[in-house]
Amino acid sequence: MSVPPMIDITLVNKFYGNFQVLTDCTTKVRKGEVVVVCGPSGSGKSTLIKCVNALEPFQSGRIIVDGVDLSDPKVDLNRLRARVGMVFQHFELFPHLRITENLCLAQEKVLGRSHEEAMAKTLSLLERVGLKDHAEKRPGQLSGGQQQRVAIARALAMDPVAMLFDEPTSALDPEMIKEVLDVMIELAQDGMTMMVVTHEMGFARKVADRVIFMDKGEIVEDVPKDDFFGKPHSDRAQAFLSKILTH
Amino acid sequence: MFANFDFDVIRRSLSYLLIDGMGFTLLLTGLATLLAGILGTILAVIRLSPVPVLPRLIIGYVEFVRSLPLVLLIFWFYFLVPYIGQWLTGAERPIAVGAFSSALITFTLVEAVYFSEIMRAGIQSISRGQLAAARAVGLGYMQSMRYVVLPQAFRNMVPLLLTQTIVLFQDTSLVYVVSITDFLGAAGKVAQRDGRLVEMYLFAAVVYFIMCFAASMLVRHLQRRNEFAR
Amino acid sequence: MNYHWNWQIFWELSPEGTGTYLDMLLSGLWWTILTSLAAWAVGLVVGSVVGIARTLPIRPLQWLAGAYVELFRNIPLLVQLFLWYFVLPELLPHGLGLWMKQMPNAAFYSAVAGVGFFTSSRVAEQVRAGIGALPRGQSMAGKALGLTVAQTYRYVLLPMAYRIILPPLTSEFLNTIKNTSVALTIGLLELTARARAMQEFSFQVFESFTAATIMYMVINMVVVIAMRTLERRVSLTGR
Repeated sequence: MSVPPMIDITLVNKFYGNFQVLTDCTTKVRKGEVVVVCGPSGSGKSTLIKCVNALEPFQSGRIIVDGVDLSDPKVDLNRLRARVGMVFQHFELFPHLRITENLCLAQEKVLGRSHEEAMAKTLSLLERVGLKDHAEKRPGQLSGGQQQRVAIARALAMDPVAMLFDEPTSALDPEMIKEVLDVMIELAQDGMTMMVVTHEMGFARKVADRVIFMDKGEIVEDVPKDDFFGKPHSDRAQAFLSKILTH
Repeated sequence: MFANFDFDVIRRSLSYLLIDGMGFTLLLTGLATLLAGILGTILAVIRLSPVPVLPRLIIGYVEFVRSLPLVLLIFWFYFLVPYIGQWLTGAERPIAVGAFSSALITFTLVEAVYFSEIMRAGIQSISRGQLAAARAVGLGYMQSMRYVVLPQAFRNMVPLLLTQTIVLFQDTSLVYVVSITDFLGAAGKVAQRDGRLVEMYLFAAVVYFIMCFAASMLVRHLQRRNEFAR
Repeated sequence: MNYHWNWQIFWELSPEGTGTYLDMLLSGLWWTILTSLAAWAVGLVVGSVVGIARTLPIRPLQWLAGAYVELFRNIPLLVQLFLWYFVLPELLPHGLGLWMKQMPNAAFYSAVAGVGFFTSSRVAEQVRAGIGALPRGQSMAGKALGLTVAQTYRYVLLPMAYRIILPPLTSEFLNTIKNTSVALTIGLLELTARARAMQEFSFQVFESFTAATIMYMVINMVVVIAMRTLERRVSLTGR
């Protein structure tokens, strides 16, 4: 394989004071691959994908995204973040801006697109996530599921090379989870490179190529999807799976 | 009980009191609010930013201003500003600063501290996820502040900022101590000239009360509307 | 800067003939402390009464207390001091007014009243907020036990409310200390007035204001430390 991976994480360690949140994390995500990251709360899975977007600093190891080394001091982190989309657990839409303004802001201020260009992109993406009718509303007027779909569109507006999802459905009421997952599944089938922190095992079964299981800051398993659901190697992963699958 | 008093003195000096006096007070309040609001916001942003040294300097200045009486601060700046002007311009003697400029500089520098404390609370009231989301789409720190955090912080803090402006409006009366003729100063001058202290000071009190009470009612109304909007 | 510094000035005799300039500032400090404490006592007592009145289920009383707060909050302190010092004696019957004007330390009493009542309106707001912050179940629980309204306030609501508002009360007390300096306009010889006088006599502007600044900062520090100790002693958690 001569093609370098889209996301290359090597021996990453991260501490909060004396507390180690990530220990020697190593994994690679190829272009077009969908990787689901799961594990109990506090296992460091959210922290890991925030490191990929340079939203969290780490003390040692290296992360290379699309050929750009994050620890290189010459790298413009804002440019890099613009190329990696991020979807948050609590949506984090900007409540004082209309939906269209939420999508246009970074297109204009970071990518330097003209307003017309940004608006055209915005409307086509809103159509894609099925929210064109709500374009001029403010985030507070939408349901949680709708807000999360807008958040996905906001990330896509930057034409990202990869998308990171941090528990995108865990703040949603059950009846809204499906509409968000449907958008994500479509995205995966279109060939987007994705790292998804989630407990939605149905989603993992359907579109994931690989599953990473983390516990206590370590990557315990990093295996093809079928292996993970068929016969997890570690006791910790088995215990975790039995817990979330019986509910 | 008011038999010996001559309230006609108010009517006779009304244009002096309201145009010269209150005009000065309102202009000073308005300009100082604007300048102190801008300076205070800048101070708050720097104080919360990850740059070295500057936040500590700002904290020192904030503590200095907050632990001193306004009257002493007015004296401080009244005597200090000419020297700072001399230092800035490299002139040979301390710069003569007019009464209005002196008062404006003083209130701007002092009120900036109080506005910065309000804006700091406002910025901190915005969840950290908002900043993370702004950074995640590639906005720089200053861009994130300008387009995402500050507009929300400012909106949340409008009632407090307005209340502080009412306090500032009342506080400008203290320029009396350096003999500047604001509204109260004008009332004082007429009071001395005509020997009508009771009438003039009562009138001043009534005018201040009506203006401040009306303004605080307005703020309360705004606050209630804000709560519904959320 | 062509300013002539002279830090020895504090040990030179002031033209008032009552000692050195330092003595002059220290006497100012003394009056600042005395006035602050007296005004704080007025503010705390009156403010508590008014604040409690605003929470009682008696409409006219609520309204009256509310009007009191608005009145004292919406007139600048300087104007209020003028009302106490210049205006009040003229409005009283002639004999009484004359007695007030000739009273020794009239400026001190006016300052205590002026700063005290001004402070009381702010204390009242804090007390009301403190009582309002308590869960409604507290006063119901008091009633359910058969306590009278007065007993409920005395034994149930106020002990908790004052604990809650101790930090804002600390900053109100600090404000009270700072506010006493406004009384230099009616001739109270407190710290800022004395620093100003020293500056006028000696022309050493920055030395005299620096000294006053340091004294105010020390008072601040003492109050903050004292109140923090008090907060810890009355705190119900972490013992």
